[in-house]
Amino acid sequence: MSVAAYRFSHLDALESEALFIMREVVAEFERPVLLFSGGKDSIVMLRLASKAFAPARIPFPVLHIDTGHNFPEVLAYRDRRVAELGLQLIVGSVPDAIESGLVSAPADGTRNRIQTPVLLDTVEKYRFDALFGGARRDEEKARAKERVFSFRDEFGQWDPRNQRPELWSLYNARHAPGESIRVFPLSNWTELDVWHYIAREDIALPPIYFAHEREVIRRGDMLYAVNAFVTPRGETPFTARVRYRTVGDASCTAAVESDADTVAKVIEEVAATRITERGATRGDDRTSEAAMEDRKKEGYF
Amino acid sequence: MDLLRFATAGSVDDGKSTLIGRLLYDTKSLFADQLAAVEAVSAARGDDYTNLALLTDGLRAEREQGITIDVAYRYFATPRRKFIIADTPGHIQYTRNMVTGASTADLALVLVDARKGLVEQSRRHAFLCSLLRVPHLVLCVNKMDLVDWSQEVFEEIAAEFTAFAAKLDVPDLTVIPVSALHGDNIARRSANLPWYEGPSLLHHLEHVHIASDRNLVDVRFPVQYVIRPQSTAHPDYRGYAGQVASGVLKPGDEVMVLPSGFTSTITHIDTADGPVAQAYPPMSVTIRLADEIDIARGDLICRPHNAPATAQDIDAMLCWMDETRPLRTGGRYAIKHTTRTARAVVRQLHYRLDVNSLHRDEGSDGLTLNEIGRVRLRTTQPLLADAYRRNRTTGGFILIDESTHRTVAAGMIVDG
Repeated sequence: MSVAAYRFSHLDALESEALFIMREVVAEFERPVLLFSGGKDSIVMLRLASKAFAPARIPFPVLHIDTGHNFPEVLAYRDRRVAELGLQLIVGSVPDAIESGLVSAPADGTRNRIQTPVLLDTVEKYRFDALFGGARRDEEKARAKERVFSFRDEFGQWDPRNQRPELWSLYNARHAPGESIRVFPLSNWTELDVWHYIAREDIALPPIYFAHEREVIRRGDMLYAVNAFVTPRGETPFTARVRYRTVGDASCTAAVESDADTVAKVIEEVAATRITERGATRGDDRTSEAAMEDRKKEGYF
Repeated sequence: MDLLRFATAGSVDDGKSTLIGRLLYDTKSLFADQLAAVEAVSAARGDDYTNLALLTDGLRAEREQGITIDVAYRYFATPRRKFIIADTPGHIQYTRNMVTGASTADLALVLVDARKGLVEQSRRHAFLCSLLRVPHLVLCVNKMDLVDWSQEVFEEIAAEFTAFAAKLDVPDLTVIPVSALHGDNIARRSANLPWYEGPSLLHHLEHVHIASDRNLVDVRFPVQYVIRPQSTAHPDYRGYAGQVASGVLKPGDEVMVLPSGFTSTITHIDTADGPVAQAYPPMSVTIRLADEIDIARGDLICRPHNAPATAQDIDAMLCWMDETRPLRTGGRYAIKHTTRTARAVVRQLHYRLDVNSLHRDEGSDGLTLNEIGRVRLRTTQPLLADAYRRNRTTGGFILIDESTHRTVAAGMIVDG
């Protein structure tokens, strides 16, 4: 038979690599967990996890670090999906952590940075040794340097200058008690790959990923929804047709103007866009040139 | 659309970052906010021009020191292919990174400055590509604008490199004259080089034939994980999950399981989307067999008359990657080979190789960071191994220091 009979598309290759990574983790770690935010990348990870172990169930729980600043559509999606797959959901609650004094709420109302201690506290409490994250190398320049198996010390810290070499598909899972590995099965995926995969697999998403009318304000060059966490500070609210390119904390995740109300239209839009998804939507990345690197060193996702 | 992974080697001086910047720019893969951020940092530092190296230098220390420390991964796509670039620093102290980037590459791109011709570093890059068995090698002779687009200069460099590559057993070599700064022969053919009849770099990357690089002959299926749902819907299901390393498997095939040597027949090849009629590299599938035999992670499924060696004495080329402790004869390490982990002791260091002269130093007593040598290992369990030149999956391994947990070496098995 000719070689042409053994075709393998780039999506097939990315999927196969992700399944391999997930199986390695379950084979080599004692307590893996999948970080699930209800965002599109973690939704794709969940699909890959259900494929990797079929016909068995996903053999690990999912963990949501809940800042308390949620889009209700996303929480509803999270709960529905977890129930459908019969998974255990663990919630690390930032409001509870503020209550107990583990963290104190910054005066500006953002909770991005205080997610990290809550994450690390939850990891320690449940003794998780491997955490699947949906981060992709195309998202951000510090992430472009990160390994698929990213070693974290007992404080959850990333040391970018001292990363383990990663060769072939031979991932080094070794760690001492208390240390952990962040695992990124979507490392080699781009935003567009994620959307092509969502289309191919016909994966349902929370509705905020598609164009809808919403009351927003313009703050700097970002559009924020007016909600319980974002109130106008002199800006005039107006109604715009928007969608979300990323889903994060509802106080710092911005929407983009869009008419894309189907997966096919979103793919067209993403293919034509000239702004990166984090650049377009994340106030938290804009604090400095190395904002992501600094947060990752502290143990951020 | 298929996927091509390539590694780039060369230093900033060779124009590597400019070339990558060009490829991204000309394929519309650069984003306005990324470019604006780079322009702002460049202007603040007082650079004369927008320094595209800042795009690939993602870490604070790299930007501060103007050096590339680590492999960075870049992504772009054309209507024909998706590309993953492993962008590796080219300085001598970064052999480790080049080896890492080359380990998964279908193609390696080496740059030379047309004014300087081949330098030690170019030879080292070519050698590492051949050691890692990267199937396709491209030499870009850059800065052709600075040698007046001279055909003579280009051909001299091409001839010298081709002669060197022939000694290294490089399967496929292409040499392209370019000017990365001006975009000549990057995304399209350049009118400045009328005497050059070959493709532009991007055209070559889009069309180089990689489908037959896969080994479809030797069936090798390392078992990664045993799937046993033990659920009411699937009470007796027992499947062996893994990624096909090489060869083609079909239901009905007679197979042998190593190291036990038991034989059985494939009944099903499952995926979450249903059964498939055949599995080939690099598919991740789950195999079911007709007989209940004891199979665990680390075992390997092959054909009865085409099996890898079952060996505890392993000859290999080793690239040492640890800066804290050197390799010593008698050293003990964990070894990870396919899905199997064992322990290994270094019985003998045959020689240390000078990667610039290819001279073999047989009197060497150890390997330090970035050094390459040939060793004999003895493993606690047999490895199910092929020569790396025949199979990059069943021929490659890593060594792990069991006290520090660091990955300390990459190994490539050679015929004993």
